[in-house]
Amino acid sequence: MKNSRVVAALAGAASVALALAACSSGSSAASGGKQTLTVEDYYTATYDPLYKDCAAQVGVNVNPVHVAGAALIAKVLQQASSRTLPDVLMLDNPDVQQIAATGALAPLKDFGVSAPAGDVPSVVNAGTYNGQLYGLAPVINSIALYYNVDMLKAAGITPPKTWDELKTDASKLTDPGKGVYGFAMSNINTYEGTWQFLPFFWTNGGDEKSLDSPGARQALQLDVDLQNDGSMSKSSVTWSQQDVNNQFLAGKAAMMINGPWQLPALNAKKGLNFASVPIPTRTGDQQIVSPLGGETFNVPQTGDKTKMGLAAKFVDCMNTPAMQVKIAGVSGNVPAQEAAAADWAKSHPQVESFVKTVKTARARTAELGSKWPTAATAIYTAVQDALTGKASPADALQQAQAQNK
Amino acid sequence: MTSVSDMTPVDSRLDRGRRRTVSGGTEPRRKPRIGRYVARWLFVAPAVLFVLVFFGYPIVQNVMMSLQDYTTTTFYTGEAPWVGFANYVHVFTSPLFTTTVLNTALFTVGSIVCQFAIGLVLALFFKRHFPLGGFLRSLLLLPWLLPLIASAAVWKWILDQGSGALNQFLGLFGISPVPWLVSPSLALVAVIGVNIWLGIPFNTTILYSGLQAVPEELYEAASLDGAVGWKAFRYITWPSIRSVVGVVVVLGVVYTLKVVDIILGLTGGGPANSTQTLATWAYQSSFVQFLFGQGAAVSNLLIAVSLVFALVYLSMTRKEVDE
Repeated sequence: MKNSRVVAALAGAASVALALAACSSGSSAASGGKQTLTVEDYYTATYDPLYKDCAAQVGVNVNPVHVAGAALIAKVLQQASSRTLPDVLMLDNPDVQQIAATGALAPLKDFGVSAPAGDVPSVVNAGTYNGQLYGLAPVINSIALYYNVDMLKAAGITPPKTWDELKTDASKLTDPGKGVYGFAMSNINTYEGTWQFLPFFWTNGGDEKSLDSPGARQALQLDVDLQNDGSMSKSSVTWSQQDVNNQFLAGKAAMMINGPWQLPALNAKKGLNFASVPIPTRTGDQQIVSPLGGETFNVPQTGDKTKMGLAAKFVDCMNTPAMQVKIAGVSGNVPAQEAAAADWAKSHPQVESFVKTVKTARARTAELGSKWPTAATAIYTAVQDALTGKASPADALQQAQAQNK
Repeated sequence: MTSVSDMTPVDSRLDRGRRRTVSGGTEPRRKPRIGRYVARWLFVAPAVLFVLVFFGYPIVQNVMMSLQDYTTTTFYTGEAPWVGFANYVHVFTSPLFTTTVLNTALFTVGSIVCQFAIGLVLALFFKRHFPLGGFLRSLLLLPWLLPLIASAAVWKWILDQGSGALNQFLGLFGISPVPWLVSPSLALVAVIGVNIWLGIPFNTTILYSGLQAVPEELYEAASLDGAVGWKAFRYITWPSIRSVVGVVVVLGVVYTLKVVDIILGLTGGGPANSTQTLATWAYQSSFVQFLFGQGAAVSNLLIAVSLVFALVYLSMTRKEVDE
């Protein structure tokens, strides 16, 4: 506790120093006639050309600051308290409402910016807090079922569409002798575990307000059955999505749940013949509901009205369908606008299942807003309790619901 | 803590200085006495300032935070509504409370007992002089020198059920893969094991230096009386290093109570909260769920427990000075 506070204090001091440095460079640039916008994200330098594109259109200079993923929120909170927020801030979409609730973000309407026509509805949901739009995601993602084409062919099966098919197929594909499991997903005790469980939970009528509904119980039972059949490794309670992908890459899992951001790694693996389909639903006629992934761009309250206006223009530019497609090309995600996404799927068949899935995807914060972290914690705890045999799925969900307030 | 104990020698040195000047002094008494008084406080001031800024302020702030609804919003608005003991009530009534208290106790006792026993055996072993003894002893420090996050990552790989080095090794003897970090009943054992490995260098080093201070003549005299081996340890070594033992154990408890990094690195408190301790719970509440008030409440409990042991440590070292 004490240590982390010291580190936080040091980090705070460092960020203040950085901010001061940024200020000084900003003012010198302003003397040249052009304003400089600081853009803070957790991406890499691959985004810099995209930012320059939009900066040129808006008529500003851009100063991208890339923060390591996990440290972004901590840094944003420090910047919020020291009033050193960047001009444009990228946030993971489930964090937007929480940060918007602090008052640190400006409603995009103030600058006449709204969601591009034809954007997937959940993009607007994710960026909206108390009826106001605060952030827009140019590209989005979700998760789907990847499968090893060769293994399925050898077993003489086609990709599963229902839970029953998933269970029988996974069991057929499992070969303990070779250490191959039919199915892999992440059931880890972090928000990643929750995110991976949500498609089963939501599609079957589960709701984050009442976690112990019959639909939710069935979803958790499926997870437990897959493990107890021996089709899914018991280690899944410790696997991150990256670990799941590694299992799939190593040929130790015939099917897995994962996102489009794994495509570069999957394509780089020689001899791996893979494809993906939307995640199976309990009955064939259910509509898949997956969580919406992707990062939004937001305009923080920096106090500098001129710069905030320019920042809003920048956010607007990043979200134009043309720009969405460019960003999708860099990130491997899906453009947020349905028409652009449909075109994208034609030229990029590997993301087709994700394009299908995001259409009906749901924002994690759509229902609970800034209270989502508590529900997310309760959900992954229930999954872990059930998988480790500490409680039956029904009891685990009941306990989770008791914690969910 | 250190600065408090540092103050005593500074103070006594000053006292000695005064006695000397008073006895040989020719100047008027009053003026130098005020000067001395000021000088005294000037010597103490840096330490006091340091303690207040780096220990007093955070602790007071932490106590305040635990009585407030301190959330992400507070960072921007600076407003944290006063909620009295609501955070503590929430913590005490949470089903996680008993789990984490029990885990913290098991983790601390398990780690300390084994660290100390192994550390003492190694310290006694290295007390004998043998070729490469010094080299081996310095190798023993390695766990201490490695960055914790790196050690945790390597241990996570070693303990992996499917492809971990430990299970591969056990497999040679026909033992089927052990779910070290996967089974809720084994995960805590595994985490304690890694923490023991981590704590051995500290115990060995301090106990070894304690052993060095035991005069050789005692053993020579005792051996004439027939006290060798276990008897020598029981009647000479143990009584001589008892105060060092106390320090090692108390400091060990305080260090172990607050362990976060190794648990986060290995299991993140899982599976199913089976390795969640008060320290990791405080971390999760504050920095993952952003419930800073609740996190502060949990960490205050931890501080209170640590404080008890710190007081024990202080009273022990004070006794030593008296002796």
